[in-house]
Amino acid sequence: MSGHTDMVLVDENGIRIDGRRVDEKRPIKIEAGVLKNASGSCYLEIGKNKVLCAVYGPRECRPRHLQDPTKAVIQVKYNMEAYSVTDRKRPGTDRRSVEISKLIAEALECVVQTELYPRASIDVYIEILQANAGTRCAGLTAASVALADAGIPMRDIVPAIACGKADGNVLLDLNKEEDNYGQADVPIAIVPSTDEIVLLQMDGNMTREELDHGLDMAIAAAHEVYEIQRDALKRRYASISKKEGESDE
Amino acid sequence: MSNIVISQIKRDHLMNLLAEGRREDGRQLDEVRKITVETGVIESAEGSAKVSLGNTTVMAGIKVIPGTPYMDAPGDGVLTTGAELIPLAHESFEPGPPSESAIELARVVDRGIRESGMIDVKKLCIKEGEEIWMVFIDIYALDYDGNLFDACNLAAVCALKTAIVPWKNYGKGEENLPMPVTCLPISVTECKIGNDLIVDPNFDEEAISAARLTVTTDDDGNFRAMQKGGRGSITRSDLSLCLDRAVEIGKQIRKIIG
Repeated sequence: MSGHTDMVLVDENGIRIDGRRVDEKRPIKIEAGVLKNASGSCYLEIGKNKVLCAVYGPRECRPRHLQDPTKAVIQVKYNMEAYSVTDRKRPGTDRRSVEISKLIAEALECVVQTELYPRASIDVYIEILQANAGTRCAGLTAASVALADAGIPMRDIVPAIACGKADGNVLLDLNKEEDNYGQADVPIAIVPSTDEIVLLQMDGNMTREELDHGLDMAIAAAHEVYEIQRDALKRRYASISKKEGESDE
Repeated sequence: MSNIVISQIKRDHLMNLLAEGRREDGRQLDEVRKITVETGVIESAEGSAKVSLGNTTVMAGIKVIPGTPYMDAPGDGVLTTGAELIPLAHESFEPGPPSESAIELARVVDRGIRESGMIDVKKLCIKEGEEIWMVFIDIYALDYDGNLFDACNLAAVCALKTAIVPWKNYGKGEENLPMPVTCLPISVTECKIGNDLIVDPNFDEEAISAARLTVTTDDDGNFRAMQKGGRGSITRSDLSLCLDRAVEIGKQIRKIIG
């Protein structure tokens, strides 16, 4: 958001440097149940982002002072791997990842039926294998699928995507260049069945009209992400029932 | 802050009042508490402000020291914002490294200041590629009665607005200069309780609310930063109301702090 470049991010025909239109999201690939040990897991790619998410639990909450006698707590660890960015990222927790983990946990608490598991913890581990702008949205989208894969009761699953602004154009799903050299970034996550907003951030500079237009695009796109999440879960269940069918024989 | 418990009777009382469109302290739903600002209270800092928002009081201090620039911005000064929720301010605050809440708070205040371009960082260059001014904004909660986001934003903005860049003190120039300020980013925070959105929540209101939204605007009424927090959700029309109020109340607050 603060960088400067002579690069043309959106050309006169409204085409972006990766060939997308302003209202086009990057290609998304989602696969559920990719890890053996975790209760649920998900691998997700959106554009050049590669994200792996695992869910453990519900299990006994540790440290115990975090236990809630009325419901389960959701503990999220968002972590960027050292080689995920151009400059090596120093391993370990930084302030950015603490904030992102907190926001993702809060967004998930809106849909997970935590009241069913008092004193328990549902632990969500999000690993960013490769980052290219939009990793918190990718992480949250993957986390919802991993929670569903773990069989944890939820009101709905949460898709997330960003809108923003670059070269004066309101854009859907910013890539790295647009994020670095653009004028605004607005990640958003919704509950598709009700259109409630469960995650929302913004930085940059937008007028009311631009913001409203961006949100319209992002919410519509979030519904498309939701369909891809559902499809990944359906494929997962189809493969499980097929396996079970085979072992019966 | 996670271990705050509020009694059911208090919760019911507040909810019953809200059902009639009223609040415990008699405010309108979109009314901000009394703001008092005292600047220049710390002589050892290059700028400082003690700000009260009702019974919430915070202190912000600015330290400005020479440092080396980042490689990708050789001529730009550097801003760093920190916030601490010290045990002096409330029984729920614990000693130790900054909590999740303190980190989120600092980053939201930082984003408003940074993204609005409040500080002209180009003017904080001593020698391009070699030396720049580093501006440290450190905020401490002193007395906590809700809405630290807006109190800390105000304190940081007021402290920066009255800060100096110590060119002379460090032998880098003929005289000390005022901080290069271009605009005043103002945040407005609202909480959602039931279906109501209330501006500038106090401690009790915050404790019973499900979701929080902070919206920061600039002098032109454009949006510069937003942050939703809390375990609940907001609707698109909630957001729309918050955006309208943030512009309107931002204007009022800019008048107060001049």
